[in-house]
Amino acid sequence: MNELYITPEFEVVRNENRCIACRVCERQCANEVHSFDETRGVLRSDEIRCVNCQRCVSLCPTHALKIVKNNCTLRENANWQNATIKEIYKQANTGGVLLSSMGNPKPMPVYWDKILINASQVTNPPIDPLREPMETRVFLGKKPDVLRRGADGKLLTDLEPQLSLSMPVMFSAMSYGSISYNAHASLAAAAEALGILYNTGEGGLHEDFYRYGANTIVQVASGRFGVYEDYLNAGAAIEIKMGQGAKPGIGGHLPGAKIVGDVSRTRMIPEGTDAISPAPHHDIYSIEDLRQLVYSLKEATDYKKPVIVKVAAVHNIAAIASGVARSGADIIAIDGFRGGTGAAPTRIRDHVGIPIELALAAVDQRLRDEGIRNNVSLVVGGSIRSAADVVKAVALGADACYIATAALLALGCHLCRTCQSGKCNWGIATQRADLVKRLNPEIGKERLCNLMTAWRHEIMEIMGGMGINSIETLRGNRLMLRGIGLSEKELSILGIMHAGE
Amino acid sequence: MKKEGEIRIPSGCAIAAVISKEGKRMNGDGIVRSMVPMHERSNGLGGGFAAYGIYPQYRDFYAFHLFFDSRDVRKDCEAFLRERFEIVHAERMPTRKIPQITDEPMIWRYFLAPLPSAVAAMQVDEKEYVMRTVMQINSEKNGCYVFSSGKNMGCFKAVGYPEDVGEFYRLDEYEGYCWTAHGRYPTNTPGWWGGAHPFSLLDASVVHNGEISSYDANRRFIEMFGYHCTLQTDTEVITYIMDYLLRRKGLTLQEAAAVIAAPFWSTIEAKTDAREREQYAFLRMVFPSLLVTGPFSIVFAFDGGLMALNDRLKLRSMVVGEKDDKVFIASEESAIRVMAPDAENIWSPAGGEPVIVRVKEGAKL
Amino acid sequence: MKRIYVNEDWCLGCHLCEYNCAFANSGEADMAAALKGKPLFPRIHIEEGDKICYAVSCRHCEDPLCVKSCIAGALQVKDGVITVDQSRCVGCLTCVLVCPYGALAPNENGVMQKCELCLQNSCGEPACVKGCPNRAIVFEERSAVL
Repeated sequence: MNELYITPEFEVVRNENRCIACRVCERQCANEVHSFDETRGVLRSDEIRCVNCQRCVSLCPTHALKIVKNNCTLRENANWQNATIKEIYKQANTGGVLLSSMGNPKPMPVYWDKILINASQVTNPPIDPLREPMETRVFLGKKPDVLRRGADGKLLTDLEPQLSLSMPVMFSAMSYGSISYNAHASLAAAAEALGILYNTGEGGLHEDFYRYGANTIVQVASGRFGVYEDYLNAGAAIEIKMGQGAKPGIGGHLPGAKIVGDVSRTRMIPEGTDAISPAPHHDIYSIEDLRQLVYSLKEATDYKKPVIVKVAAVHNIAAIASGVARSGADIIAIDGFRGGTGAAPTRIRDHVGIPIELALAAVDQRLRDEGIRNNVSLVVGGSIRSAADVVKAVALGADACYIATAALLALGCHLCRTCQSGKCNWGIATQRADLVKRLNPEIGKERLCNLMTAWRHEIMEIMGGMGINSIETLRGNRLMLRGIGLSEKELSILGIMHAGE
Repeated sequence: MKKEGEIRIPSGCAIAAVISKEGKRMNGDGIVRSMVPMHERSNGLGGGFAAYGIYPQYRDFYAFHLFFDSRDVRKDCEAFLRERFEIVHAERMPTRKIPQITDEPMIWRYFLAPLPSAVAAMQVDEKEYVMRTVMQINSEKNGCYVFSSGKNMGCFKAVGYPEDVGEFYRLDEYEGYCWTAHGRYPTNTPGWWGGAHPFSLLDASVVHNGEISSYDANRRFIEMFGYHCTLQTDTEVITYIMDYLLRRKGLTLQEAAAVIAAPFWSTIEAKTDAREREQYAFLRMVFPSLLVTGPFSIVFAFDGGLMALNDRLKLRSMVVGEKDDKVFIASEESAIRVMAPDAENIWSPAGGEPVIVRVKEGAKL
Repeated sequence: MKRIYVNEDWCLGCHLCEYNCAFANSGEADMAAALKGKPLFPRIHIEEGDKICYAVSCRHCEDPLCVKSCIAGALQVKDGVITVDQSRCVGCLTCVLVCPYGALAPNENGVMQKCELCLQNSCGEPACVKGCPNRAIVFEERSAVL
């Protein structure tokens, strides 16, 4: 008996005066919460199945529906909170590891919200982005140590491969399999239209999307799913995934139920087999092994693609990043502990890793202390929620940000955090054809473009306020930041002063 | 209240410069007087001058100008210098007591020859050796400060209005082929002598008017390469950037200008010459952290020439004029007219467009 | 001329178009008041098979069989839009027989009604298009006319 003591988390409140029994809720709920009582002509709810994804609420034409937190709770206990007790019941029922999706929902400190941005007053002028040029273009990649000149005295302009971005934001890795074909189609098309990049994640690259290669980062993870020569050469860059912020220390898990049809072909594994990425890369047990893989990939792609090494933000991140910077990587991507996932053990998601703000500040400073910041670009992810977060990340020292949750929200995700079920009612984290078609990539692309365009405008407004008209002079410009309500230690790690100083 | 170097202090300013393309020497009187009509651009909290060609008798030695807080500090610092240099000549800086300039520190100058064995031991070239010595004194030794370290040139600066500073240092008694001047309008601080401008390192000196918004991005980048921004001023960081680009990276002045006042991408892309487009794009891609944004007008002076440069939006005034063999640069035309009432070809250079003047080849400096 | 087109790839079979259509043509200001507890007579309807679904409504053919076949002259073409003059309709259902798309159906009183692109009702633009959550129904100009 797997459902003993498990009570509904939510309550479906249906306003019977408004409900016209159109049954759109019933048709749209893959969890089968709603059903129609033919004899009485009314809709019923089975709330135990409800995940509060809000699909029914959004589509109800008469706004007759509300999903609210079930106020039937256990006796209050500050130590043994409801959620904790429910988790114990679940584990007692099943004997299993608890699974969760998307980012850490715990009330951990969000440093972005404790950092304030500067603006010019009197001593230098703010710049109006509506009237003056305002540049957000960035290049990611290694910068040369030595400049060389040709016989004519002109500088030789050959560079290690660089990625050009119209703004310092990219769509982070989400594999085909963990998200749908249409979600990938939306991300790819939007990246191309915006002049940025998206990331295949570890599930390989669907043959339909090879045409977006110039805007694609292809990922090589420990499972090596879908990796072959054409794949490596298809993208603009290759990312070695060493870790992920939501689940540092473990690999991606995609249940066999999602390995169907094209997902199986793209991953190059048989249908129905679980795709369990090993926790480590079994050819990388140390930093020198990473260097080998970096150069193997460069060799395989004729040194034309920058190699990104993505690591989760863990305690020793500064030293790890320093090692990675010396391993031949062109770009380091750091993923903070609030980053999302399609499925992770709950305990790992909620308790392992450190916030991206601190990791970024520590890594940027460490690389500068060692004089090797120029060897690599830094990309950070793990809950970048707005243009303000992007500005703060860049000012702390990031070259660019990775966003994934924000991108999924633009596509319709309502953060119900049950991606692992494979029954995403929004057509994103699912492979069920009837659900996948709910995400029209034409709409998806438009919404992603809108979101990024809006952020770009906001970034330009904030930069202009600071008297900065090019994103490169914001990068690492920590004087533009002040902390609010932070301890001396936190300020010193972030390398910023307190507000008022 | 925190003093200069412990906190970043923005300031407005006046700048002026003159150079003889023939390498003819002129005394400091003209440049000092040129600052008078721009009096309102300073607030008495800092003024200074840089002069080139003033120490011909010591042209082969590094001329160090130092401020000391006390005699003990001086003794200690001299011992440190002696470990690294042969002190060819040392003397108290000649000054004139005037009521406008008070609270002066001990000011000394030294003419130094690096000890070849010490240079060899550090495995760097002589200039790098001198630079590191300056950095070490300024960042590690309390109570003393090197404010000039080039050959056959010198910086003279103090808390006060620039015209008074000129009189204090008896600049009318020096003859140089190139002079730059600075009057400062800091927005707080009681003023510290070391914080006045010009700022100089080796032969290079910078006078600057503006408040750059890129400061910390520039500082944190340049500090990777052994520079220590002890003063937290724009001028200091710009001086180090120029030193890094010209001396360490071997860029030309035009290339360095294309880094710190880089053309907008739209401008680069509109260039019809593909080679030129590539060069500009290359410099922006390689040195993104050395772009300087926010308002500035600077005069960067060096052995045998100078470069004037405005930020790419031209957010600070700067005019250039000529008369005979001389080129004049100043925040205001009035300053040029003081030095040369009949100056010609007065123009206002566009933002990001460097004005480079060199003494003609063969002139004895 | 702008017409309503349906892309079955994106049709979710949610039937919202039917309700939006019926509401737009109800004359009521509130959807619940218009549709609650009443049988639905929309001018668009969803065809559903095993794995496919799509909405069907009048295509406003350039050479409309329904207009030709109407024995009472109730069906007319105005500026390319096929409209029905309900006062003339005699309820013979000939138009239902001849329409190759199944786009016509009688209303609750047995009088013919059909999609008139919401030009005459309060919506002002096709309500099915406006309310489609997945852009499966679009209202646009296309060169090739079916």
